[in-house]
Amino acid sequence: MSLETLRPSPAFKDVLPVEYKDLVEHGPYNNRNGKETQSVKVTDMGKFKEVIEEHPMCAGCAMTLFIRLTYIGMPNPEHTIVVGTAGCGRLAISQASVPFIYGNYGDTNAVASGLKRGLEVRFPNQKKDVVVMAGDGGLIDIGFQGMMHSWFRKEKFTTIMLDNEVYGNTGGQESGMTNHGKVLKMAPRGKFGDKVDALGLAKVAGVDYIARLAPTNPARVARTVRRAIMVAREVGHSYIQAYTSCNIEYSIPTPDVMKDAFEIEKERYGFEEIISPAAKEYLDEVEKKAKKKKSDR
Amino acid sequence: MANVVGSSVCRTAVDEGKPADWVPGGEKQTAVDPMKMFHELPREQLFITGSEAARESMRRANIDIAIAYPITPQSESMQQAGYLYDEGYIKEYYRAEEEIGTFSAISGASRAGVRSLTATSGPGLMRGMEAISSWPGARTPIIMLNMCRVINTPLAIQPDNIEMSFMLNTGILMLHAENQQDFYDFPLAAICASEQVDVTLPAVVSVDGFFCTHARGPVKVTPEEYKLPPRDGWRSAVPAMDNENPPARISRDAPIQKSNFISYHMHSSWQQEVFAAVERSAKYFRKYLGSLVEVVNPGAEDFIVASGCAVSQAREAVRQEGEKGRKVGLVKIKTIRPFPTEEIYEAVKDAKRILIPEFNQAGWLHKEVCSVLYGRTKGVIKNGPRVYGGMTMPTEMILEWLEEFRKEVK
Repeated sequence: MSLETLRPSPAFKDVLPVEYKDLVEHGPYNNRNGKETQSVKVTDMGKFKEVIEEHPMCAGCAMTLFIRLTYIGMPNPEHTIVVGTAGCGRLAISQASVPFIYGNYGDTNAVASGLKRGLEVRFPNQKKDVVVMAGDGGLIDIGFQGMMHSWFRKEKFTTIMLDNEVYGNTGGQESGMTNHGKVLKMAPRGKFGDKVDALGLAKVAGVDYIARLAPTNPARVARTVRRAIMVAREVGHSYIQAYTSCNIEYSIPTPDVMKDAFEIEKERYGFEEIISPAAKEYLDEVEKKAKKKKSDR
Repeated sequence: MANVVGSSVCRTAVDEGKPADWVPGGEKQTAVDPMKMFHELPREQLFITGSEAARESMRRANIDIAIAYPITPQSESMQQAGYLYDEGYIKEYYRAEEEIGTFSAISGASRAGVRSLTATSGPGLMRGMEAISSWPGARTPIIMLNMCRVINTPLAIQPDNIEMSFMLNTGILMLHAENQQDFYDFPLAAICASEQVDVTLPAVVSVDGFFCTHARGPVKVTPEEYKLPPRDGWRSAVPAMDNENPPARISRDAPIQKSNFISYHMHSSWQQEVFAAVERSAKYFRKYLGSLVEVVNPGAEDFIVASGCAVSQAREAVRQEGEKGRKVGLVKIKTIRPFPTEEIYEAVKDAKRILIPEFNQAGWLHKEVCSVLYGRTKGVIKNGPRVYGGMTMPTEMILEWLEEFRKEVK
């Protein structure tokens, strides 16, 4: 969608909600400084209108923070479509001012495959970014087949796994991403088997950009999301796996959610990027260009 | 950066592995008004299988994307779709992982605002049923060809149209092709009806597997240099998921699952609207197909009401009865959804005996007909004859049932 479409007509400006005007005047839909992609900064959070603000997520939820950062990281939210599925995340995602497809449980990567190809047919001269954002259960369990095949086919969209290591929305059942031995609902004697090595699977499937992170460094989250979307735009598939703890089901006191994120990051969820040579070449090119532009100024 | 061959669109001839001067087939065609295509263009008669009829229909349908997954007896048609893609008549095509993936992906494609086609058969339809039954609520115009096949188990690949009964209450537009000719005409009409703003629904054209898909029959086709106009992604009951509308903090696919009366009300009114849209599609099918039913020998005392292959068998029974000087009427139902309630009533209101032959065990068409004629006609409605599991229905079977019927109901 052209930013011109978003800009309120002066005659209607005073009847539009303040929220809309703020988004266009101070949010990611306007703050471009002549650049093609949005340039709002994570460090300025609170000073600009976010694409997503209000949501009914639990107090202290790390997933919410990650989702907000994801929307800030989107290079062109005005040309982005998010695909989700049942789970906690969609409670926030569906409130964003970016179109959200809420399909059947586990269908995200299939829907996104058709959507992305359809958009490429319909808008040959305008890149449209498709981002799947779904939980660990929605992707690694019920959505496993669709996810893996979208990776094998190198579909040009991004998969983001909101990994809270549990089925939070249905009340705390263990998932494929739960750690071995963890006692949760439906695992009364502890989880059988290990946490699925989704990063390893992504590597085997030939995903071009793979990243694992915890929301401990907001700027890094936004940058990682941006890189993943850029790679999906031009090179191939990209996958981000984010630790987004469930403070309710894992009994993490609300004030300690970030402490937990730092601990888990240190212990087993350290930042990691696996980038294919083609993706690296492309990222070097676009990031060098961006740096050069900055130094020109 | 060049796109990967065979996996993405916006390709050049070189990306496609074609000579530099290659022109996609679709670009050599001229788009014509659907009414002109259906009723005015000259037609040439071919002698082809149902799968080939589907191919010729797809060639003229201006399909943007086709997503395939093999299953007998559907596979041949979607292979043909692959060849059409290679020739440039279909812009995008791939073989998906399985049916849930196929039918979810095709709904994604339709949400992008492009003309989307897929196909399946019995067990595949059942596997993808969650996705299929969510198409109407998502208001996604999709064309699906359904080559009817036994639902397992025991495992079989034979024709049997029981699967159609599972779609009756989904809000999908349903057509039932009698023969190869219908399998050429109906998809084109279904596409045009499904994309109307006041319809915006998916459509399934079913045909009885093997009897039609793998057998040859005469098919009159329009010249291949003409195609339907493209889908207009901007004309729709709901906006396409293309991010071309100013943002609103509410999604088209909003989760309406809060437990309160507002969400119940929203969901129920959404459903009402879907089923009202099914009824609104009738006027387009009347325009494109001439009518929702075909009536042979109006005013007869004995009537056969049928759809699909059973119509062909009934036609022959009607002809043979005619030779013996007995007038037997026939109602061919073309659209199962919208169901032609008034047309059927008008045709059989004075009939004494109504026979409903079917290629399935459940007798779903019998139930449908009974439900719309109940209390309105005096005729006795007979539940059969029915064959299933792959059996054929000899004309003699219908004739015997008619004879018995006449003895039972004087």
